[in-house]
Amino acid sequence: MRALARVGAVRAAVVVLLAALAFGAVSSLVGEYRDLQLADGAYYFAALIGLSVLIGFGGKISLGHGAFMAVGAYAVALLVADEHWPLVGALAAATAVSALVGAVLGAAASRLQGPYLAGVTLTLAVALPQIGNRFPETLGGENGLVIDPPAPPSFLGSSFPPQRYLAWIAGLGALAALFFIYNMTRSGAGRALRAVRDDEVAAALCGCHVGRTQTVAFVLSAACAGLGGGLATVVLQLAQPGAFPLELSLRIFAAAVIGGVGSLWGAFWAAALLVLLPNWSHDIAQSLSLSGNVAANLPLAIYGVMLIVAMLLWPGGIQAGLRQLSGLLKRAYSSRHSVTQSNPAK
Amino acid sequence: MSLSMSKRRAWLLAVAAGGLAVVGCGSSGSTVGVTPTSVTFGTHQPLTGPAAPGYSEIAPASIAFFKYVNAHGGVWGRKINLIVKNDEYNPTQTVNVVHQLVLQEKVFGIFEGLGTPTHTKVVGFLNSEKVPDLFVASGCPCWDNGAEHPYTFGWQPNYTIEGKILGQYIAQHFAGKKVGVLYQNDDFGNGGLAGIRDEVPSKDIVATQPYEPGTTTLAAQITAIKSAGAEVLVDFTVPIYTAIGQLTAFTLGYTPQLVVSSVGIDPTTVAALLKTISKGKASGTALIEGAITTNYLPSSTETSNPWIALFRRIHSEYDPGTPFDGNTVYGMATAYTLVQALKAAGKNLTREAIVKAVEEGGKSWSGPGLVPFRYTKTQHGGYGGAEIGRVEGGKIVLSGKPLLTEPTAGTPITPYTGSQPAPPTGGVPSE
Repeated sequence: MRALARVGAVRAAVVVLLAALAFGAVSSLVGEYRDLQLADGAYYFAALIGLSVLIGFGGKISLGHGAFMAVGAYAVALLVADEHWPLVGALAAATAVSALVGAVLGAAASRLQGPYLAGVTLTLAVALPQIGNRFPETLGGENGLVIDPPAPPSFLGSSFPPQRYLAWIAGLGALAALFFIYNMTRSGAGRALRAVRDDEVAAALCGCHVGRTQTVAFVLSAACAGLGGGLATVVLQLAQPGAFPLELSLRIFAAAVIGGVGSLWGAFWAAALLVLLPNWSHDIAQSLSLSGNVAANLPLAIYGVMLIVAMLLWPGGIQAGLRQLSGLLKRAYSSRHSVTQSNPAK
Repeated sequence: MSLSMSKRRAWLLAVAAGGLAVVGCGSSGSTVGVTPTSVTFGTHQPLTGPAAPGYSEIAPASIAFFKYVNAHGGVWGRKINLIVKNDEYNPTQTVNVVHQLVLQEKVFGIFEGLGTPTHTKVVGFLNSEKVPDLFVASGCPCWDNGAEHPYTFGWQPNYTIEGKILGQYIAQHFAGKKVGVLYQNDDFGNGGLAGIRDEVPSKDIVATQPYEPGTTTLAAQITAIKSAGAEVLVDFTVPIYTAIGQLTAFTLGYTPQLVVSSVGIDPTTVAALLKTISKGKASGTALIEGAITTNYLPSSTETSNPWIALFRRIHSEYDPGTPFDGNTVYGMATAYTLVQALKAAGKNLTREAIVKAVEEGGKSWSGPGLVPFRYTKTQHGGYGGAEIGRVEGGKIVLSGKPLLTEPTAGTPITPYTGSQPAPPTGGVPSE
């Protein structure tokens, strides 16, 4: 059993290493702005795999992941700006603090189902970021908290673009989340989660503690979101209520579903969507010369339309759609292959 | 749904990520954002959100002025372009759009980026990237620091200068009356409050109430100021909070003498906001009638002023369909200053050249402003004073002489004796 776990960890390490190589290669090839977009994508990815685990494996939904991101973001800002913690320590602490908030909420969440849970998490998304405005002395109010931009270490050379350094920090954070979640979903805890999702009674009969398992899913998910929020603070050098409006929580949720929940690739597509869609929608709005008020709401409208289309065509999201497509192609290829092979025999 | 990720899929990941990474092409010219026939600036503006009413007219007015200049040959043969990005007055969005303007759109500089809470979040970035950050649309004292932020220049009077001029007026005309201050909880409000404290005796200031931009109610603040017995209410507010504050005071039956920073009193804007917020119950400018304010530009309703006549002509040709108000005058006047800066920077335009041009020549540029600029190598703070005005029948009527002062506490306030020159023939700055 222990040997099996080790094999799993090695496999996760290989996956993470390959992803790290791909990320590093891409970030070295692109310009400064794309580096920042990679950084954005990375912190969204960290938050999204948490949500993906919660929805896809835990069978619970959360419309309040923006709030967990806010918790992580403010934790990092306070620890770095006021207490002068190193980034790694602050990010770890931010993850722990959001996990704690997740544990409190998760205990309640394990007793709630469907729309009730959605309501609770929605309230959290509305209320929590406003705490910053309630305590302007410590949390900076609407003005927010500012941290100094992290300077690239000297061994990277003096001409190393600071944007690439931000991308690497966010990328490493996202990979840490990936490693952890990849392992978890293949462990006993992951199987327990799926068992509870599919049939609570059956899972309980098999010895799974239903409430505890669901709370664990919530805690993990909140921890990932907190890490994502903390990374966002590092990338933007700012933690501010305006970064975590209700719309963010809805956007993350919609993107996770469109990308495909319960799949790490789904989280990847979702992160790409979150980063690229605002720019696309801006271009669309500009080419159609829409008024400011319409343009400002266009991204959310596009998420809505995509969500409907995805639910109708590909209920499993982009990832499931792609899998279907690749399956079709494979079948087409192999059938043609068998035809060409059978030809000489004739 | 399986989560297994084989090597082949990792390759797919790399390919997919690579596909997303379309490298933006940089221009081959020597200076970013400049070609022999064009120069491109970017700006962040609240086109939607709490600060949008009124302020969203500023960038279109600037663009109208640039179109006018472009139609008359541009500056040194270059047409001026301005890329406007909406930041919703949300600092996080400001960071995002300014990154995009500088790193993706490759603008030459940022022009009239609007707002104190917003622009403070990008000043560090712009200066470390050595991007000219010209004429920030905010009077925050924080721009006034050439040593720390050599690339950033304010334009309107430093809020502390404005606060001092308003404070002196209160001390002279409402002597001994109790004063309450409603202020935005950031460097805008704090800068203005510092100016008031410098001039009004501290025993007379009975209440200071901050608000957070983005809030939807000022009931607590106005109630506190009312119950402290303030007879004079000073607002360092953006227009929407001037309107909310006055509606709240009205429902509380509280009618103090109102004193408002130039930032939050454009009568056309506030009247429209009062009407919207009260769902049509409050019409016109009755709730701000008699308010004392300052201005450093001619009033938009002063039709006999040759600058206003020029701006009206350009407005009706290049930006029709929007109201002509204080925001329009503001947008055109800053654009005028930018054209002066581009002229002064010379044909061989570089980022350093334009910074040097403002530092060395800015003090002597005349234009639509009622007072001269304070620009030097260390002072980057814009106009050096303002004139007292009063809202009368929906118009701001200026009176007396423009006043000059420095933001440092205790420096005297002196009248400006120079007069405003007429615009150059053709309306395009010649210096």
